[in-house]
Amino acid sequence: MLDLSKNFFELFGLPVSFDIDTTALRERYRELQRSVHPDRFANASGQEQRLAMQGSTFINEAFETLRDPLARAQYMLRLHAGEDPVSDNETTKDTAFLMEQLELREALSEIRHQADPLGAIADFLDNVTLKLNQVTGSMATDFENPSAEQLDMIRERVRKLQFLRKLQQEAEAVEAQLEEELL
Amino acid sequence: MALLQIAEPGQAAAPHEHKLAAGIDLGTTNSLVASVRSGTPETLPDEKGEHLLPSVVAYTESAILTGSEALANVQGDALNTISSVKRLMGRGIEDLRLLGDNLPYEFAETESKVPRIHTRAGDVSPVEVSAEILKALGKRAESALGGELTGVVVTVPAYFDDAQRQATKDAATLAGLRVFRLLNEPTAAAIAYGLDKGADGIHAIYDLGGGTFDISVLRLNRGVFEVMSTGGDSALGGDDFDRAVAGWIMEQTGIKNPDSSVQAELMRVARAAKEALTTQQTTEIELQDPAWKGTLDTSTFNGLVDSLVRRTISACRRALRDAGITADEVEDVVMVGGSTRVPRVRELVGEFFGREPLVDIDPDRVVAIGAAIQADILAGNKPDEEMLLLDVNPLSLGIETMGGLVEKIIPRNTTIPVARAQEFTTFKDGQTAMAIHVVQGERELVDDCRSLARFELRGIPPMVAGAARIRVTYRIDADGLLEVEAEEQTQGVHASIEVKPSYGLSDSEVADMLRSSVEHARDDMEARKLREQQVEGDRVIEALVAALEADGDELLNPEERNSIDTELAKLRELVADTDATAIEQGIKALETACEFYVERRMNSNIRKAMAGHSVNEFEQEAE
Repeated sequence: MLDLSKNFFELFGLPVSFDIDTTALRERYRELQRSVHPDRFANASGQEQRLAMQGSTFINEAFETLRDPLARAQYMLRLHAGEDPVSDNETTKDTAFLMEQLELREALSEIRHQADPLGAIADFLDNVTLKLNQVTGSMATDFENPSAEQLDMIRERVRKLQFLRKLQQEAEAVEAQLEEELL
Repeated sequence: MALLQIAEPGQAAAPHEHKLAAGIDLGTTNSLVASVRSGTPETLPDEKGEHLLPSVVAYTESAILTGSEALANVQGDALNTISSVKRLMGRGIEDLRLLGDNLPYEFAETESKVPRIHTRAGDVSPVEVSAEILKALGKRAESALGGELTGVVVTVPAYFDDAQRQATKDAATLAGLRVFRLLNEPTAAAIAYGLDKGADGIHAIYDLGGGTFDISVLRLNRGVFEVMSTGGDSALGGDDFDRAVAGWIMEQTGIKNPDSSVQAELMRVARAAKEALTTQQTTEIELQDPAWKGTLDTSTFNGLVDSLVRRTISACRRALRDAGITADEVEDVVMVGGSTRVPRVRELVGEFFGREPLVDIDPDRVVAIGAAIQADILAGNKPDEEMLLLDVNPLSLGIETMGGLVEKIIPRNTTIPVARAQEFTTFKDGQTAMAIHVVQGERELVDDCRSLARFELRGIPPMVAGAARIRVTYRIDADGLLEVEAEEQTQGVHASIEVKPSYGLSDSEVADMLRSSVEHARDDMEARKLREQQVEGDRVIEALVAALEADGDELLNPEERNSIDTELAKLRELVADTDATAIEQGIKALETACEFYVERRMNSNIRKAMAGHSVNEFEQEAE
């Protein structure tokens, strides 16, 4: 087996922190791929090719995980609490948040009837991004030596992030459809 | 102290010896082969000096013809002259109807889902037809380069699905070529273009060929080509422009239900008119039978193709969205493929991206040139080359869940190679089998996606519903090909398949074709197998010698080194002999003996790549 026991942060030589230097991450990702990508072993033995594929796959997974805030938060929860990330089945109990989600969804379903639907959907997406950033805003501090309560709080945030991410994807699908129809 | 190494006579360790490799652009209309010679990538001409090989295969009374010879056969013998076969690759019979083509061929009724075209030489599959084209190009390369090819890179449209990719790889195997890698066409173009210009930044490659359309958005950064997103339509191209023009001619002339030879004639004059309009405002069209003369002008032509071109623009919009960028962040738009010669295409693409698209590299050759550069590197001819491609899967991969819905496992535009695992459980008490249906596509319903494979995991120990833990792992390799593995976790029941697409050929079918082809009579097969094993053996030996030279002293103690050297010597003896099976076993034995060493090497690679980057250093940087 390849020595892939390192955690994703160690793999890229980065400190375990929610705030991540994306430039350094991307640069080291390229360096690592340069050393293990299957293209480097196109003429090697079958065994080396398999290992290269394994290594390259692992590095891709690590990179995808760290560069996405939601995946990064879930991964860090696992590192800190040694548990599986928040499952899709658990849901937030913050009723105010849930009410807001319902309203946002309703607004999204009506958006095509607006005077300038493309402008409206762009504003909608900006608003969702803003909300995503609000939820991730204090995560870096929360993740510094988190107590059990802080971990619970992070879990709650992750659930909200999942909601918002789904909403974002649906809004993007609506935008794509509108562009298809209108442009 | 390291011992000096002396090679056996005639087996000089020459790892840097130049290996013959070629890049092949297997196009819908034309195909090309290119190679790097004395450091320069160039397309290779045939003995008449022609670089483009029309992608046409004719099954005549006496022989199988390819290229312009085959093309000359189309009039009068359209049923036995197969062109644009790329459109049929990896497709099922139902798909062909969906393509909406009036294909001038007779399809044989078979039990297999793979369509077979009825010709006088028997029924042939699209894979076999493509193999003829690849064979011709392989021969051309070997005679131009003066030796046997170590391997080839074959390009495929980025938007090809797993079935189409697998079919292409099968065709190359059938043609007797070793495939280093399937390379996406726009990525190949980016290599040819990017290395030429040395331009870091974001580039869009707009590739409109005879039958396929791709758009890829890439970021080039110090030799690393990162594909950010890709999109397209694997059934849209210049052929459709011809068809639109042919339809217009039929309207003008009142021709209805043309037979296959009239159809071929209509397509020929339509294409000629399209080509004429790339440099003129109007063109005369003349038909012999039925006799008709007419004029087609640019604005009428634009009206005919506009909706097709706008479909490509929609795909560009999606690709930018997937890449998370806007049109003004794209530094260059590179035009690839013969159909980008159509002025209306350039106009609308320029309008969309807000800049003049680049057309300075011959759009017909750029893909083959890029493939040749990649083949040269993969063959190991440039050990210090920094270039690296990080490509993506073009279509989301999912599985069928309850109610005919698709659960996405690997979303489109994920960097490959990639693996994802998922756990499932049983639905009923005592359930002992589970059916897994793998699909590819973006839609929510299974019926709207491409069915790739169905397989069953059997022998699950009977348990109460929900107790079994079945882990399904999906892997997409660097060729974009899929493999699925399922395992019951509590008892270790295992099922693994390399996904053979529903419309693909099974390994045994490929082997059968190899066996039955005239050129590979039985004796030949034996000789061929021996030759293959010898080549493989030599390759393994060479790779190992190069590795040992590089870091054998560093990573192995004398005892370990000794055991590897012993197996190495054994394999050398076997390769020099004529027992194919023994060589095969020898290769396996050597690989087993080296397993720990290969792993150490890979780990040492990773360590070296990260050497100099410590967490402390990072913190200092961040301050």
